[in-house]
Amino acid sequence: MGAIEVHNLSKSYGKVQALDCVSFSVERGELFGLIGPDGAGKTTLFRLLTTLLNPDSGSAEVDGCDTAKDYLAIRSRVGYMPGRFSLYPDLSVEENLQFFAALFGVTIEDSYELIAPIYKQIEPFRTRRAGKLSGGMKQKLALSCALIHRPNVLFLDEPTTGVDAVSRSELWDMLSELKECGITILVSTPYMDEALRCDRIALCNEGRILKIDTPEGIVRGFDKRLYGISAKNMFALLEKARTAEGVEDCYPFGEKHHLVVREEFDEAKFVAQLGDIEGLQIIRTAPTIEDMFIKLMKR
Amino acid sequence: MKQNFASFVKKESLHILRDTRTMLIVMLIPVVLMVLFGFAISTEVNNVNVAVVAPNRTDGIRDAVERLSQNEYFTFKGYITPDDIDPYLRSGKASAVVVFASDYERGVTQAATGVPTKPVIQLIVDASNVNTAGSSTAYLQSILLGAASQQAMFETRMLFNPQMRSAYNFVPGIMGLIFILVCAMMTSVSIVREKEVGTMEVLLVSPVRPVKIIFAKMIPYFAISCVVLVTILLLARYLLEVPMSGGVGGIFTISLLYLILSLSLGLLVSTIAQTQVVALLISAVVMMMPILMLSGMLFPIENLPKFFQVISNIVPARWYIDAVRKMMIQGLPIVAVWKNCAILLGMTIALLGVSLKKFNDKLE
Repeated sequence: MGAIEVHNLSKSYGKVQALDCVSFSVERGELFGLIGPDGAGKTTLFRLLTTLLNPDSGSAEVDGCDTAKDYLAIRSRVGYMPGRFSLYPDLSVEENLQFFAALFGVTIEDSYELIAPIYKQIEPFRTRRAGKLSGGMKQKLALSCALIHRPNVLFLDEPTTGVDAVSRSELWDMLSELKECGITILVSTPYMDEALRCDRIALCNEGRILKIDTPEGIVRGFDKRLYGISAKNMFALLEKARTAEGVEDCYPFGEKHHLVVREEFDEAKFVAQLGDIEGLQIIRTAPTIEDMFIKLMKR
Repeated sequence: MKQNFASFVKKESLHILRDTRTMLIVMLIPVVLMVLFGFAISTEVNNVNVAVVAPNRTDGIRDAVERLSQNEYFTFKGYITPDDIDPYLRSGKASAVVVFASDYERGVTQAATGVPTKPVIQLIVDASNVNTAGSSTAYLQSILLGAASQQAMFETRMLFNPQMRSAYNFVPGIMGLIFILVCAMMTSVSIVREKEVGTMEVLLVSPVRPVKIIFAKMIPYFAISCVVLVTILLLARYLLEVPMSGGVGGIFTISLLYLILSLSLGLLVSTIAQTQVVALLISAVVMMMPILMLSGMLFPIENLPKFFQVISNIVPARWYIDAVRKMMIQGLPIVAVWKNCAILLGMTIALLGVSLKKFNDKLE
């Protein structure tokens, strides 16, 4: 039995289907990522699993407890960090932590060694009001608060949104350490690059899960050849490349366009077909999770 | 779990103490209102300027004018000619003019012997302020009549508030208003703030039942309200000199009941509102207006249209203000207002019941 078991979970708000028959399971001690854009239903899934919402249909178990029947039991065993900053800005770092410790009937000392790697970094600022912390420090405090009662399962809803690159990387290092302590972690992020730090990921879009696999497995599943192309006039290039022979798909990807091609694609022919384009570059590239996501989304 | 309840109360007190501006407003509003209603806004007749027209100044007239100028409510502005009456009233130099007839003395003697006479005194009053005009006319009449004749007239005695001081009337009203403001508005806003900021989500995903957190929230507001209550009572007793002959204990008891009722009302608002602005609007519009209009604070309930009289029955402030008035001014003991107490208690239980039932430990 996994730490999180989700069976055909559905939830809608009025006419909007936020989650559509989602099933997956997360092993104990696993770092599981939900990857998808805004509106994919990630937050709804978190709220269902943390027993804040009731599902329309389907069921879920967290740490062996049913989310509908045993919701009070779940609430003492999980740690939850919502998407937006959910601490008290007018209380100091230490007061926030003390309050959350009291909320779970523990003291800071009880869990100090668990939160120490994270809390130590903000401890010098413990008398500062939480509202005056930087984005990265806020998240570290929120994570400390979510861990104060040594939860078995940790839910982190977009913990890296609005956080600088260095703090983002630090946060993921902390998650890996927590995983070593045996805590199951379900984390969501809209950033595809962070997916690589997870054990397994679920790609989700519009309330559905498109694919679940290890990050490597997902990339391996991309079985087409892929090129990165660029030119001076990127827009004209996109237009022309899309209609060229042997091209399955072409889409903007950072500074370049990614070109997905079929078996019969021939590089020389393609260049000839494009005709006169200034500064054309074409390089064979390795697929990323985002390429797979785009491919799955279009299917 | 006792120890964590204490830390919830502590956390809530910190929120309040750190928001010094709101804290200051809450503490100052009662003082400002008391002073404002007690002194500035009054329907009493005070310092009314009176001029006198007397063709011949007989002893009787001198006597009457003497009484007038000795009276603390009137200021005698001197004798004027009939031509000056209009300019005096228009310029505001006088708000009332007393005109004695030339045969005043004869008229008075005739009246004393029971012979019917035509009027011998004319009162010309500036009625642009109806309230002042009405009461100063009545008061002038009684002074002048006393001087003029021994003939039979009404003898009116004002009980409980012989000087008709409006402060007596307003203090209970202010109390009815302030506690709703402090308790209902502030608690509802502070609960809804947790929803709006998102901390409610985290609170809900914890083993503590949210009801407990919310009760912890009410305690500091209850404490503040008690401080406000003491402030108001002290101001009322020593600044406005309200008698409180019924005993402070009774007033305290019913006020505490009303405080709890206001807190429950705030809790109910917090279960309905999703944002602080909505909570504020509900408290301000839906609660304040009925208190001002339908509680008897400003207008006597008997003067309201029948429909509003019926509605006023569900306004808690009506019962509270009525009871406090009886205890503060009439000096009745709390037993005499047991009906009001029972109604307030019933309302409290109903409000608490509904809001606890409505309070959800999930997000929807």
